[in-house]
Order: sequence, then C-alpha cells, then structure tokens
Amino acid sequence: MAIRNPPVDAVMIGFGWTGAIMAQELTDAGLNVLAIERGDWRDTPTDFSPAYAQDELRYYWRHELFQRLNHDTLTIRNNAGQTALPMRQLGSFLLGSGVGGAGVHWNGQVWRFLPSDLKARSHNLQRYGKAAVPDDMTIQDFGVSYDDLEPWYDKFEYLCGVSGKAGNLKGAIQAGGDPFEGPRSREYPNPPLEMPYALTLFGQAATSLGRHPFPHPAANASRAYTNPLGVTLGPCTYCGFCEKYACGDYSKASAQTTILPVLMRKKSFTLRTNCEVLKINMSADGKTATGVTYLDEKGQEVEQPAEMVFLSAYILHNVRLLLLSGIGKPYDPNTGEGIVGKNYAYQITSSVNVFFNDKILNPFVGAGALGMITNDFNGDNFDHAGLGFIGGGYVGILQTGARPIETHATPDGVPTWGLAWKKAIARDYLKTTTIATHGAVMAHRGNYLDLDPTYKDVYGRPLLRMTFDYTDNEHRMSDYLTDRAAEYGKAMGGREIKTNYRKGSWDVVPYQTTHNTGGAIMGDNPRDSFTNKYLQSWDVPNLFVLGATAFPQNPGYNPTGTVAALAYHAADAIKRQYLKAPHQPMVQA
Amino acid sequence: MSPFPVDRRTLLGAGALAFAVPLTGAAAQFRGDGVFWSPNTSSYPTAVDLKANYQFFTSDEAAFVEAAALRMIPADPTGPSALEAGVPLFLDRQLAGDYGKGTRLYMRGPFGKGTDTQGYQAKWPPAGFHRAAIKAIGDHLGQGGGAPFHKRAEADQDAFLKDLSGGKVDLGSDVDGKAYFKLLLQNVMEGYFSDPIYGGNRNLAAWKMIGFSGARYDQRPYVLAYNKPYPLPPVGIGGRPAWTAKG
Ligand SMILES: Cc1cc2nc3c(=O)[nH]c(=O)nc-3n(C[C@H](O)[C@H](O)[C@H](O)COP(=O)(O)OP(=O)(O)OC[C@H]3O[C@@H](n4cnc5c(N)ncnc54)[C@H](O)[C@@H]3O)c2cc1C
Ligand code: SF4
Repeated sequence: MAIRNPPVDAVMIGFGWTGAIMAQELTDAGLNVLAIERGDWRDTPTDFSPAYAQDELRYYWRHELFQRLNHDTLTIRNNAGQTALPMRQLGSFLLGSGVGGAGVHWNGQVWRFLPSDLKARSHNLQRYGKAAVPDDMTIQDFGVSYDDLEPWYDKFEYLCGVSGKAGNLKGAIQAGGDPFEGPRSREYPNPPLEMPYALTLFGQAATSLGRHPFPHPAANASRAYTNPLGVTLGPCTYCGFCEKYACGDYSKASAQTTILPVLMRKKSFTLRTNCEVLKINMSADGKTATGVTYLDEKGQEVEQPAEMVFLSAYILHNVRLLLLSGIGKPYDPNTGEGIVGKNYAYQITSSVNVFFNDKILNPFVGAGALGMITNDFNGDNFDHAGLGFIGGGYVGILQTGARPIETHATPDGVPTWGLAWKKAIARDYLKTTTIATHGAVMAHRGNYLDLDPTYKDVYGRPLLRMTFDYTDNEHRMSDYLTDRAAEYGKAMGGREIKTNYRKGSWDVVPYQTTHNTGGAIMGDNPRDSFTNKYLQSWDVPNLFVLGATAFPQNPGYNPTGTVAALAYHAADAIKRQYLKAPHQPMVQA
Repeated sequence: MSPFPVDRRTLLGAGALAFAVPLTGAAAQFRGDGVFWSPNTSSYPTAVDLKANYQFFTSDEAAFVEAAALRMIPADPTGPSALEAGVPLFLDRQLAGDYGKGTRLYMRGPFGKGTDTQGYQAKWPPAGFHRAAIKAIGDHLGQGGGAPFHKRAEADQDAFLKDLSGGKVDLGSDVDGKAYFKLLLQNVMEGYFSDPIYGGNRNLAAWKMIGFSGARYDQRPYVLAYNKPYPLPPVGIGGRPAWTAKG
C-alpha cells in the first residue's frame, strides 16, 4: 500500500531553475507548495567549497555534479533506421541532478530570443516564401510574442544580476551593446565583466570587418549585487572553473545564490530531496492531474495529491514523465500525428582556433559567460536569400577558463599525441584562443523523443529514446557561421587558424551544449502543441510543463533566459487568472 | 538547530538502492528553516598514495600502459613525459576505484556495436575494458611469436598506435580497438593534466610546461594584464611542492 500524504496546492517535479522560480512565485501568491527533488540537497559552503572546487578531473571528467546514468539514462540514434543504444557515459550534454539542477553548473549565458525567433514559421514564410520552409521542417511560432515576454526577461536578468550592456533601450540603439536585440525596458543590472586580451582582440577584428561586437550578457556578477529578493551575490573572481563546475564564490546565479535564501525560509514551502517522482496521477476521465507518486528516500512509494502539478524536471525528464504517465498522444514520425515527443531539437556548434606567436592570452583566466560576441549572423539578422537555409547563431569568443584536460588545441597538421603534440601544446597553450559558433536547430519531422522498446532504468521502466540528427539546413547554416568565424580569426592577425566545421551526424561523445529542446511544445492551438502560451496543458488544465520542453524549435541563443521568462509569464497568468478559476484553461482552444 | 537529522552523505545514490536498502528513518524534508547547512560534511578528495605499488594493473598490463603512455607523451626537454608525470600510477588508481568500476555509467545490456556517434558501448566499465583490450593487444602482437608492445622499437610502437587509432587493428569481435585507443589517450591526458592529488602531473610539471595557473580562485588582478606573463607558479588543491618540507 502506498503511503498517502496530505494534499498540497502545487507540486514541483524537480527543483532546478524552473522549480525554484515557480515555487517562489506561487508561495508569494499564498499557495502551499511542495518541491520534490530526486537528488541531494546542495549548498555553497558545503558542496561547492572553494577549497577544492577547481578540480577538473573530479567535476568535469568524473561527473560528480551530474546525473548518475547507472540510475537512468536515455537511448540515442541518429535516425529511425538505426537501433538506439544507451548513452552509457555523459558527453554531448550534461544532465543535472540535485537541488539547483543543471543551473548549478551552467555558464550563466543569459540571452533573450529575437522577436522574429518567436515567430519562426510565419516570419520566414513571409520574408522568404514557402520554399524556405520545406514540408519536413516542422517549425512553428511559439504563440507568445517578444513584447509578452519582455517584462519577464527583465525580471530574470534582475534576479540573476546579469552583467551586460544594453544594445536597444526602448527602440534606441545603444553604442557598445547588441544592436540586433529586441527593445529592452531598461539597462542590465550590472556593467559588463572586464574583457581580457583575446576578447579585446576579437572585438577589434570584428569591428574592422564591419560587425557589431559587444560583451556577452553574463550571470557572473561583475560587482557585488543585491537582487530584488534581497539576496546578495559577490563579485566574480574569473576563476575559470565555472561551467561544468559549481561556483564557490556566490557569484554565478543559480537557485542557491538568488532564490533559496528567501524561499527556504517560507513556512508555505516544503522541499523533499532524494525523492524521485515516478509518475503523474490522473483522474479517471483523464482531464485532471490528481498529484504524483514518488519514491521516498527509503524506497517507499508515496502518493502526493496536489491541486496543480508542475513538470520542472528538465526537458528530457519532463517528456519521459509525460510518456510514462500516459498523458497526451505520443508523436508518430510516420504519420506526423501525436504531440508528445514532437519537435525535439538541439544546438549546432563549431569553432575556429586562433594561434598567436607573440601574444600571451592567459586563457585560464575566465568565467562561464565572459565573452565578446557578434549577432550579425544570428536568427534573421541577415538576409538569407539564396543561402539555402534559415536561422543562424552567434559567433564570438567565450573565455571560460582553459582547463587543460579539456582545452589543448593544436594547429592543423599536428597529431593529437606524441612528441610533436607535446612541443606544440607547450608552445601554444597560453597563446591560443577559440572562436565559437552557436547555431539554431530547426524542428524536423524525423527528430523526436519516445520510449525505448528495449532498455530500462534501475526500476525496470523504459528509458527515453532520442532520435536526432542535423539536417541540411543545420549543416549549411553552421558551415556559413564557421566561415564567418574563420574570417574573424584571420582578421585577428595570429600565426595561423584552424577551422573545425561540424561535420556528419550528431555525435554523443564530445560536449556540445546542454540545450535540448521540445517534446511538449507550446503554441496557439491544441492540434499543434501540448501547452498554451502559459505552459498549461490544453487537455489537462491543472498540469503545467516548464522548461525548454516548450520550444517548438531551438533558436541560436542559449535557452535559460527564455525558459525563465516563460516560467514567470506563466506564474503571472496563474496568479491573475488561473487562481480565480482553477482547473480552467486560460486560453480557449 | 536543524530539525533534519539526515546524514546527507549516506543518501548519495539513495535512488539506485532504493528498493534494496532502507537508508534512514528520517525524511529528507526541509521546511521554513532557511538554507540548511551541515558543517564538517564537505567531501574533500583523497590524495593517492604515491609510494604504494600498482593496485589494479598486473605486471604485463603495467608494462603495456607504461610503454604506450610514453609514446603518447614522450620524454624530451620540453617538459615531463607521461612516465615522469606519473600517468600509469594515476591510471592504476583510477581503474581500481569508482571510475574503473563504472559506478556512474549505464552498464545494462544488451550490448551492441554502435555507430561512432553512439559513444561508449563497451560491455565492460573502463577497468574491464582496459584489461580486455590490453590482453587482446598482447594476443594480437604475440601471434606467430611477435614481441610484446613494450619490447618493440619506438617507431614500431608508434606505427601500431596509429593503426589502432585508425581502426586498422582487428582485436576480435569484443574489443573495438579504435574505441580503446580513444579511452587510453583520454586517460593519459587526464593523468598528465589533472590535479596532482590524483597521482599524475607530478610536481605540477605538466602545468608548468604549458603555463596553466592551477587551482587558483581569484584571477581578478590578471584579467586586464594584456600580454603579460602570469606571475605566480601553479598550485594544486593540496598546495605545491615548495610548501612541503623535504625529508
Ligand atoms: C554545462 C552546462 C552549461 C550550461 N550553460 C548554460 C548557459 O550558459 N546559458 C543557458 O541559458 N543555459 C545553460 N545551460 C542549461 C541550463 O542549465 C538549463 O537550461 C536549466 O538548468 C534548465 O532548468 P530546468 O529547471 O528545466 O532543469 P534543471 O535546472 O536541470 O532542474 C531539473 C531538476 O529536476 C530533477 N528531476 C529530474 N527528474 C526528476 C524526478 N523524476 N523526480 C524528482 N526530481 C527530478 C533533477 O534532478 C534536477 O535537479 C547549461 C547546462 C549545462 C549542463
Ligand atoms: S568564474 Fe566567477 S561566477 Fe564562475 S565559478 Fe568562478 S567566481 Fe563563480
């Protein structure tokens, strides 16, 4: 017999970025909120201690902060003709686990999508005509506009204390910022981080080519900052152990450093750690989520009734829990029918290394979002006529800290081991920098998520199966960005450059980004989407799906700024509308 | 005082054991008491014992690993070789521990040979993979009375490693030679460049060779020091050799 807990107003499944944001907002609205997190409690002084946080082997290569795949993983393949095999070891993306989720070990790159990114389908059809969007490219509009999200982007940026320079204040273009961004209602809360040598060289080169470089917006605080909740972050020390690591300095924004000191004091909030949600429970008619069932830290099954259920477990776990709970119709790539698992997308990246003879760059001085960036080739900031693709990405240098197991690039013609390698790395390590491209991935009919028929998790339940590859659109776009990066690299005037195109199929081995998207997408009607613009399920109005799960395709920016803005946008509608008429859809189908 | 007397450390991995081992009577529940802190539970890494013998490798295995690592990072005046940096001992300790056992890896079957893009598909965790691959390499080279890897000339060793990395050595149906080369090279780089606390990167010499500053936490003075050599020597989590009295 399962244990049955007293009901709560709202339950969060997972306690990373989105769970913490929503719990904070709903407790403010007077609700009684429970968050259930499968991993450990983690706090800065104990778990991210600066005494030993700078440990490349332990944290990055041995994955101490990440999901344990022995517990559960997913299976992967490039197309439906292959047999999916389990991701036995982490690589391409690094799933979070424990309080704070992946937000503990993110970079802190905080972006807004372009107004046109949120209307990818209608915008591209209008500007480039039907041929630009082939039938198999299943892109859609988000169903929410930039203006709808602007206040909530702003709210997240002020929560995190983002360091940056506005490029567009209420329509007026600002020198030194990103001239392509959507209009902001006010300046960033903190000035940009200081720009090290390589970034300054990049800025000069980009300017000489007529592009528009600006400092990357960073949730690494450029000075001490107290956020609107009254929580103070300390100035970033450019320690260079940032992304893939936790910050021991209270400088990188995370749930721990921005929300928890306030939320954890509220009597209306409860957190249960080391408890894993197994499924969402449904009423007999399938129209209401009645709560969740979880395994507690003793391995007992517990039934937790709740008035509202929030999936905040990260996109891949959100989709898997929907499928395991039998909610929504699974997507079928053969017929194009069904919605859960549809439009899975990712990011496409490439790079150009620049080697200098005479410039000491000290690349180990860094921070997760310390960058000089150009958006001249992102989204629809440039004319795509005749290029054979839509979408784009940013091109720039992020000096995140050159930890040497990970970062030891050598020039063309030098092997990856042996005496020649050793001599090259000894000569070049301090004098090398890398220009990165970070590109969009459009949704495609054949890219999707479902349950694996063979492989099981530790409880014997099916793993999620990911079927994904880049299409011609992504490769053409990425090659185009890589060529632009090579132009920048040459203009920087080093000894030589090395151009690393993204070739072939998506590969699970090298780290790329933890920007998985889609699978329970948002939209303006229940035929083409799982949720409305408030992330509320069309069919189950007391179920909300947070996270990048909602993205119909993945633009050329990092996701979390928009993930957070969507959560705040939803919380606002819940407070103003839903709580007055619970269990009702907030948008009529 | 916190009302939550939970030993967080015993809960590590609780999920994996959930059905088998009830861990504690206390609920890991937090409510209204602020950010919870449990002093003295910080988990420092343990320094490996540099004096002890190999714990994982047999002498044949050690001979192969030492020879192969030395070809990957040979001796010359530029900086330490893989042997001088202690890479084989590092790897031995890694394979004897959680990493070698693959405690965090998904190791359930069925096992299949995947595409390169599907990543690690060996049916063993890293320790077993090294063991099986080193044996398969020994068998392969020993055919017809051939000399083992470590007894061969350097040029011969290089040629073999090159073939292995290019997928040109058939080590039988169980061992994917190319995948093994990737693992070995990765492990050698880890031993060369990781914090010396794990037994490699002896005397921080690999970091000195390239100019990496090591486990430093405040780099603010050096952000705007354009084109200036970094003024401090590298330091590890456990300090640096100059701090330790000789004797
Ligand atoms: C190395 C790295 C760098 C990144 N850098 C950036 C960046 O610079 N900019 C950016 O925009 N984004 C970045 N990201 C992505 C960013 O971290 C995520 O977008 C963000 O954390 C997503 O928030 P979330 O709440 O959806 O998921 P998470 O923050 O991951 O939280 C999900 C939580 O749910 C828990 N959970 C899962 N399943 C269950 C279950 N069944 N029961 C109970 N709990 C469960 C997990 O343990 C986890 O704690 C990065 C990610 C990584 C790994
Ligand atoms: S670089 Fe800055 S924000 Fe990142 S971990 Fe170090 S101190 Fe924290």
